[in-house]
Amino acid sequence: MQTGTDRLEIKGFNLYYHRTKALEDISMTIPEKRVTAIIGPSGCGKSTLLRSINRMNEMIDGVKVEGQILLDGEDIYQKDIDVVELRRKVGMVFQRPNPFPKSIFENVAFGVRMGDNVPAKEKLEEVVERSLKEAAIWDEVKDRLHRSAMELSGGQQQRVCIARALAVEPEVILMDEPASALDPIATAKIEELIFRLKEKYTIVIVTHNMQQAARVSGFTAFLMLGKLVEFGPTEKMMTNPASKLTEEYITGRFG
Amino acid sequence: MSLKKRRFKYLGESLIEGNIKITATFAIVVVFLIFIFIMRESLPIFFNGEVRQEITFGKLFKGTAWQPVSDNPRFSLWPIILGSLKVTLIALFFAVPVAIGAALYSSEFAGRRLKEFIKPAVELLAGIPSVVLGFFALMVMASFLKNIFGWEIRLNAVNAGIALGFAVIPSIYSLAEDAINAVPRSFREAALGLGASPWQTAVKVVLPAALPGVSAAVLFGMGRAVGETMVVLMAAGNAPLFSFNPLNSTRTMTATIAAELGEVVFGSGHYHALFFIGLVLFLVTFVINMTSWALFDGLMSKLYGSKK
Repeated sequence: MQTGTDRLEIKGFNLYYHRTKALEDISMTIPEKRVTAIIGPSGCGKSTLLRSINRMNEMIDGVKVEGQILLDGEDIYQKDIDVVELRRKVGMVFQRPNPFPKSIFENVAFGVRMGDNVPAKEKLEEVVERSLKEAAIWDEVKDRLHRSAMELSGGQQQRVCIARALAVEPEVILMDEPASALDPIATAKIEELIFRLKEKYTIVIVTHNMQQAARVSGFTAFLMLGKLVEFGPTEKMMTNPASKLTEEYITGRFG
Repeated sequence: MSLKKRRFKYLGESLIEGNIKITATFAIVVVFLIFIFIMRESLPIFFNGEVRQEITFGKLFKGTAWQPVSDNPRFSLWPIILGSLKVTLIALFFAVPVAIGAALYSSEFAGRRLKEFIKPAVELLAGIPSVVLGFFALMVMASFLKNIFGWEIRLNAVNAGIALGFAVIPSIYSLAEDAINAVPRSFREAALGLGASPWQTAVKVVLPAALPGVSAAVLFGMGRAVGETMVVLMAAGNAPLFSFNPLNSTRTMTATIAAELGEVVFGSGHYHALFFIGLVLFLVTFVINMTSWALFDGLMSKLYGSKK
């Protein structure tokens, strides 16, 4: 399978929490406009790796990194990188839906408003509508855009959060177990959505759900104890993994 | 083994529970009794004929002079109501930005060490006896401000307001900081993840999300400011003038009670008038507290939806 152009590359990446090594020598290339799943047992560092791609780990005390993560050939861990700009390019959706206690409209418009050039009202309305449509939630919320987003159901909230991330037109979207707090129907909707979004965006998704990885992703990385065990096309990983560990994990012998 | 209760198994628990019930009831009863007492002492203004020759409800709100011990005593509450209002507003004007700014800074921007210093330092301010604050405002701050701004009157509403501000900063800070800290980390992560700067995150997401608690903190501070006595007694100049000018001397309701109750003729019209002021104060703080709750609930359902 062709991997397309590779705009996101992780090179010899280590991460420490104080003295504990959480990620060890991770190197992988994340293909553009594909869905890449990161799987692995709890505590293997998959969320940590995901959060390293937009430097969200910096909020935690005692985190230290080595190695490089390249976005369009630029190392995002260089000293003079503008983290705010980086995060506009690399958006994020979290495990639990976390809309702001604001109206649906304000939630989606938030990222755009925080930018340097805030567009006029009509343009902003366009952006909000487009993003909500892209996130497949427009029809459900179009009549209540100015009501609090907290009133929506969990699945709806999560799609609003996805719309919110899409509104700033990122290149990459990181998703940290985006459906793990949702019921099966809401999960199916999110998965469908992810499947469609890959036409426009590079998506990296952390999941503990093997079937989900198989359903939505083109590539899969298997992490264990902070090390990358195997990385390749999902189909191959699921049917004919190169590593014995991967095989044992996906067949459910541990994890 | 039978499931029947053993006889004294829960004796200890029920004793403790009973104790707590008594203590709680006691606290409520005391507040209620104080209220009854103030009512009883102020009601003669309405019902006692002898007292009513000297002072009536109408007289309390007529004219603009509080001169209770002159030959022709006048009991208008307006100058001291205005005084309380002026000093309280000035205090909040000064204290609210400082307290909320400090709360936002210490919970959003300060490093862990600095934060561990700021919080106890501000709370230490709460430990300064108000008479010391008043003394400072009277002896030091008043002259200092007068020299800087060239005020004519040394002890005025602004001087007292600022001193009072110092007295309420810790209360507002402490509650506001709790409210800001209680904002879930997920909101901050979401905002930062969308490319908001730390400042934007603090001001556009964290502060609005904490608004119900922060506004309750402000109103709580307002209640404290209205009720605070010693600072305003010492620093406001104590002249019950009916003046909207903040640079004039002024007198608050609390200071009036404190200054005059000790020397008033027991049972006189003046005596009952002072208790009536107490009743007004009681009602004012009650209304402020009620507003604070209503505001909190209203904002909560506006922000977080009426579902919860």
